[in-house]
Amino acid sequence: MTTETTTETTTQATPEAPAAPAAGWTVMTRQAQAVVMLLLGGAVVRASVTGMSLRYVKEGLRPLLIIAGLLLIAAAVMTIWYDLRPAPATVGDADRAIDDDEQPNDDGHDGHDDGHGHAHHEPRVGWLLILPVLGLLLVAPPALGSFAAGQSGSVLASQGAQSDYPALPASNPASLGMLDYASRAVFDQGKSLTGHTVRLTGFITPGADGEPMLARIILACCAADGRPIKVGLAGNAPTGLPADTWVTIVGTYTPKTTKDPVNDAVVPYIDVTTWQDIPTPDQPYE
Amino acid sequence: MSPPRTSTAKPRTTSPARTTSKPGTTPQPKLTGKPGSGVARRPSSPPRRGGEFTSVEALALLLILLVILHNSLAAWISDPRLQTWMTVFVSVLVQAVPFLVFGVVLSAVIAVFVPPSFWARALPKNSALAVPVASVAGVVLPGCECGSVPIAGSLIRRGVTPAAALAFLLAAPAINPIVLTATAIAFPNNPEMVLARGVASLIVAVLMGWLWLRVGKTEWIRLPHRPDLDDASKGRAFWGACRHDVMHAGGFLVLGAAAAATINVVIPEQWLQSLADKPALSILALAILAVLLSICSEADAFVAASLSQFSLTARLVFLTVGPMVDLKLISMQTGIFGRRFSSRFAPTTFVMAILVGTAVAAVLL
Repeated sequence: MTTETTTETTTQATPEAPAAPAAGWTVMTRQAQAVVMLLLGGAVVRASVTGMSLRYVKEGLRPLLIIAGLLLIAAAVMTIWYDLRPAPATVGDADRAIDDDEQPNDDGHDGHDDGHGHAHHEPRVGWLLILPVLGLLLVAPPALGSFAAGQSGSVLASQGAQSDYPALPASNPASLGMLDYASRAVFDQGKSLTGHTVRLTGFITPGADGEPMLARIILACCAADGRPIKVGLAGNAPTGLPADTWVTIVGTYTPKTTKDPVNDAVVPYIDVTTWQDIPTPDQPYE
Repeated sequence: MSPPRTSTAKPRTTSPARTTSKPGTTPQPKLTGKPGSGVARRPSSPPRRGGEFTSVEALALLLILLVILHNSLAAWISDPRLQTWMTVFVSVLVQAVPFLVFGVVLSAVIAVFVPPSFWARALPKNSALAVPVASVAGVVLPGCECGSVPIAGSLIRRGVTPAAALAFLLAAPAINPIVLTATAIAFPNNPEMVLARGVASLIVAVLMGWLWLRVGKTEWIRLPHRPDLDDASKGRAFWGACRHDVMHAGGFLVLGAAAAATINVVIPEQWLQSLADKPALSILALAILAVLLSICSEADAFVAASLSQFSLTARLVFLTVGPMVDLKLISMQTGIFGRRFSSRFAPTTFVMAILVGTAVAAVLL
């Protein structure tokens, strides 16, 4: 982390240092900052428009992300615009006078920009903003998967025990969310599930006993708070699938349960009738 | 805030010692360090932009290198641990970007368009009274903590007493309607949690404000001198403030997000499990976890809810500490107010939040 205080003492302790190039490449010029803001804004807008942002945050954030991205782009454009136009002569007389005194070598083009309070406080830490740009544009990491699911306990424990669950959708098999199935199975002892065939979608993650389980990550806000919901697989369980393979499972309720070793949460099972592997859904979280 | 200091330090900012004294902030020294420092060491030539290796060129070079190395980069991060780190890192930032940008824009509006006289009228003259008023004002401003740091900086710059601005800084992310609603949804069986969270956070904010009035020293806060804010052209000043704050607060946000992602990947939840049934230890453990995880205040209630093996008291402390002290906030506060400030303010707030959170839990939960 930067400490401008220590920097000052350091620099004051070495006054004999010769006058070197004013900025050096580590101090970002306004134009470099504009480029970084443009890239960041562009990356954010692109991620939200293409739906890639769903790997990282909730659907509801998309409009805000687009507005924020456009504001960043606007700030970048305005920075370049003002940078190319000379500052009005009447502006900040005192400050500019000092600048001109102290930085006689700076050419008129960005003499004011890199001048007083700028070369000194121009945030070098801003370079770091390249990292999220690279993350979004070049790397685009995948949604959380079985590694994250193995690290955290099943989320079921935190959900309140509702007393009555609405009847399942009439379709057969009925598509249910993982959390919905698990809550009905555990808190309602499967009353609303018996007699129905249900379909669950999730990815394969190895359970504590090495047997594959079905898991899905539940997001409250962003992937940093993602917590898994896990359901054990009984019956015709898929075998030989690598972790992180997405599958849809069709099956029926079974009273069998186990405990998540991570947080002692109850993990229900589903009696698998058939299963099929599928591509990663657009909305990887529940 | 400190014009004399900046003007004395100014001439020496041109020395190369300054460049070398902050290697930590230049994230790509390996890639571009050689050409840059080579040029920088050229003895005392006047800086001519034409022959100089500038930051724009460094940036361009870096981007070209990365596009070329793109494929090997993808293979290099195939490790699930690293991949999860990247996902969490990117998602913390994506989540924070809107709130950062809106906070920065609002803070630029305050810094440029709202005259200082407005704050003199809006807040009580008496500083001790201004603190609770500013804390309650935080209730109506929905926003994440990343936005409130630059806003608090702007408030101080515009003449608001630091005690009130700091109370606002602490209260705004913790007790706004969005956060309280999220808490209610996350704790359907414990509605008293919402009240307890609001009350505890408000008390901490007010107490910290009053504490600042008693023992705080203005020189601890080191707001950079910003002549660009006094620019005669409001538009230039506004966009200049936006640019500066995005780069500055955003850079520190990146540092904080990287730290939070590391904690997220490195700490397995089992460690916490063993602490849960020891009352005092569990409170301390969740308080530290809140600092390390740096979850957005709008989401931390859901995480607290999932830490079900812990007592409600410990989880209330988690919710009280989180929006006030965490890695990304400490990083941003260091950037905006200076290290002398954050090294005092963050630990004090941490202790205060634990004490108040525990006391409120004893009464309300």
